[in-house]
Amino acid sequence: MSGALTRFLDGDVWHCFKRSPLAMASALVAFICVFCAAFAGLVAPHNPTDLASLELADALVPPAWLPEGQAKYLLGTDAQGRDILSALMYGTRISLLVGMASVLVSMVVGVGLGLVAGFVGGRTDAFIMRVCDVMLSFPAILVALLVDGVGRALFPTAHDTLAFVVLIVAISLTGWVQYARTVRGSTLVERNKEYVLAARVIGVTPLRIMRRHVLPNVLGPVTVLATIQVASAILIEATLSFLGVGMPVTSPSLGTLIRVGNDFLLSGEWWITIFPGAVLVMIALSVNLLGDWLRDALNPRLR
Amino acid sequence: MLAFVLRRLVQAVIVMLAVAFIAFMLFQYVGDPVTNLLGQDATPAQREQLRADLGLDKPFPLQFARFVGNALQGEFGMSLRQGRKVSALFAERFPATLELSLVAAVLALLLGIPMGVYAALRRGSFTAQVLMTLSLLGVSLPTFLIGILLILVFAVLLQWLPSFGRGELVDIGGWTTGFFSMDGWKHLVLPAITLAVFQLTLIMRLVRAEMLEVLRTDFIRFARARGLPDRVVYFGHALKNTLVPVITITGLQLGSLIAFSIITEQVFQWPGMGLLFIQAVTFADIPVMAAYLCVIALVFVSINLVVDLLYFVVDPRLRAELAGKAH
Amino acid sequence: MTQALLEVKNLRVEFPSRHGTVLALDDISFSIQPGEILGVVGESGAGKSLTGAAIIGLLDPPGRVAAGEIRFEGRRIDNLSYEEMRKLRGRHIGAIFQDPLTSLNPLYTVGRQLTETIRTHLPLSAAQARERAIALLQETGISAAAQRFDQYPHQFSGGMRQRVVIALALAANPKLIVADEPTTALDVSVQAQIISLLKRLCKEHGAAVMLITHDMGVIAETCDRVAVMYAGRVAEIGPVQAMIHAPAHPYTVGLMGAIPAMNEDRESLLQIDGAMPRLNAIPSGCAFNPRCPHVMPRCRNERPELLGAGPTRAACWLHDASGAT
Repeated sequence: MSGALTRFLDGDVWHCFKRSPLAMASALVAFICVFCAAFAGLVAPHNPTDLASLELADALVPPAWLPEGQAKYLLGTDAQGRDILSALMYGTRISLLVGMASVLVSMVVGVGLGLVAGFVGGRTDAFIMRVCDVMLSFPAILVALLVDGVGRALFPTAHDTLAFVVLIVAISLTGWVQYARTVRGSTLVERNKEYVLAARVIGVTPLRIMRRHVLPNVLGPVTVLATIQVASAILIEATLSFLGVGMPVTSPSLGTLIRVGNDFLLSGEWWITIFPGAVLVMIALSVNLLGDWLRDALNPRLR
Repeated sequence: MLAFVLRRLVQAVIVMLAVAFIAFMLFQYVGDPVTNLLGQDATPAQREQLRADLGLDKPFPLQFARFVGNALQGEFGMSLRQGRKVSALFAERFPATLELSLVAAVLALLLGIPMGVYAALRRGSFTAQVLMTLSLLGVSLPTFLIGILLILVFAVLLQWLPSFGRGELVDIGGWTTGFFSMDGWKHLVLPAITLAVFQLTLIMRLVRAEMLEVLRTDFIRFARARGLPDRVVYFGHALKNTLVPVITITGLQLGSLIAFSIITEQVFQWPGMGLLFIQAVTFADIPVMAAYLCVIALVFVSINLVVDLLYFVVDPRLRAELAGKAH
Repeated sequence: MTQALLEVKNLRVEFPSRHGTVLALDDISFSIQPGEILGVVGESGAGKSLTGAAIIGLLDPPGRVAAGEIRFEGRRIDNLSYEEMRKLRGRHIGAIFQDPLTSLNPLYTVGRQLTETIRTHLPLSAAQARERAIALLQETGISAAAQRFDQYPHQFSGGMRQRVVIALALAANPKLIVADEPTTALDVSVQAQIISLLKRLCKEHGAAVMLITHDMGVIAETCDRVAVMYAGRVAEIGPVQAMIHAPAHPYTVGLMGAIPAMNEDRESLLQIDGAMPRLNAIPSGCAFNPRCPHVMPRCRNERPELLGAGPTRAACWLHDASGAT
């Protein structure tokens, strides 16, 4: 393990990272967000989920630096007296959880299907690729909306608690195709090589071949894909929540917070919607920057 | 050539059937098809009658065939939420979505392509870097947030532009358009920009990436080696080769325009098909959802077909390849 | 003595990179007379293509000319601006690259690419340019040139495409053509045709050629003089016949020896032991010294200049008239 670490630190990727202030800044921002989200219980000044601690008298307080603001509520409060800053941290946690979980699921499904398609070939391959083509022509939001809608229709009463799962399923369904295609391509290339043929002749199982030879090759592109997809998964979740079909108000993600705050925009209480929006953008931006930088760093042709 | 078109048509039909199948499953098995068709206010007698008429005891393929037959005639039942025929609702709302998407698409293309070309040719310059950073922002800003920000700035703070609805409309033979009134255009501005941003960003990045690829090819090097001036190399050779894949990918992206119009219509309460769909999802209004799925699939499949044909027209290699196969 | 058409003096090309600066061409000197065909031969990585690129001013960044001069018709061209160099390219110095498939824009007809080039350099009308283009196509041996004019590159075979490329290079009648491996990507049967075509046309148009290749057979057939490159340096330069039959530099001797002869009976091919050093690991002194069968102590310390060795000039201390070791 330490050998791998030393190799990494000596390698090109780390070197490029040290030389790119943008990459380092984005990594820092992303890290702070993840930290706050993970340890929201410890870091947040208030607990917005504890209904008993809310004071209605403190509702709709503007951010601390404005004339009517209070230092206690740094970024102001919402219509029920919830501290925006704390709500942000808890909301970020949910947004990140959904985002990362979806990417994980789509990665597993996509890589798996790609391996199968590439290795088994023939009709299975053709079928999987057809499905990929069709799915690619449908934009992610649409697919997610549809799955979400079906989920709602199927489980009308239990929906609030199931929202989390339905969301993850919906978003992962939109992302797996890219992985499948990339991995299938690499598998096809490797499968035709002679050493694979030789390995099969002496009885090495296809699974082992795929694990030892194909997977290391695709690790790079898959990592880049995953990073960029985390950003897009978070945004899709936020969009779904904003549209009212995502995370409910009882366990709000950033998107839900924006939706709730939107109602107050026209009457001047802008902070309820703008701050969650800003955090959302920050996360998406830093993850996208990291993903972009990673792609350039791993692309040998650009060096 | 004909064989190619036929093959693509067959593929399109297969995809449509698959989508219709999914829609049918939704229609039949999620919720009650009788309610889907008659609405919630039907009497028990009407329901029984319909159940017998529909032959819900008949075999599956027959029911599917009936569904497809109905769909081809535009009959998708009644909206559970609004109690009106789905087809009527769609017809009413289609112009709104189309006009919005059209304006946004034009905007995205007119701005995106030149920006992408500039970012590629003047790579590394300050303006190019600003453009690339802005493009990253464009990809990281969710569409709804852009809409909210625009509303905040232009409708709430500056009060220059309206923040919801279509404004004054002109009815031309059933098609309500906002193009013929100043008010209609004012209402179009903010939603169109919101919808266009994501597209614009994608087009710009795509054009830039393609152009950079093309600029590294041997034939560009050879063109330079022949002493051709920069203008000819960039805007003659490089641009033409760049636009071929860009055209096709952009065409395919038109589909995402439709998807994002859902969000934009929600933010601006724009009375189009997207808003209808969102309301349907929120209320589990199955008939509308199923119908929307079919209509959207039709639009996508048609766009894909047109794009494939366009590719043909633009790239001489494909024409020859198929001519060769025909012999 | 007539003025050399092209003179390269002490040319150094370097590539600054993250790991330090790599010297790709180290003190190259040679000249080309008007109308002569100079071959530049060497292994992959010896620097042949780079020399060609430096001459036409199309070094891929971050490569750059660090020192030395390149003179064309007496005038320095290595320090010209891109625009000034562009005016020379095509009109006075032409180029042919290796892969004819990728050298032509697939979306333009062959005729369009020709007339475009012609009209960039010569004040001809569209009709005149078209006539000239068709004539060029005919000259390069493409039959039915008038019909071919309106066809796309993918409709030509590999050899035909290279003929088109040659036509393009000759379109504005340049005095020097830099041909970088013009036959390497072609079928063997086509190679001979293309090479003889190139030779004939250049003689007819009075153009000199810098023929870059790794194929000694092509050199022997075509060139008047040849320069052998090794590890970014010129090892030997001289008339072709002398180089083949009486090579002076041990590397050249090894090269010539490695070519199997038709009338020999051998069991294994001769080869030079070792391999050409990588550009960031060139030994001090003579770059060839680790592999040289005649190595002397001096070779490891001092880098030899091109010294007279009979009909050729070789960068080898063996030919130092003073006899020092």
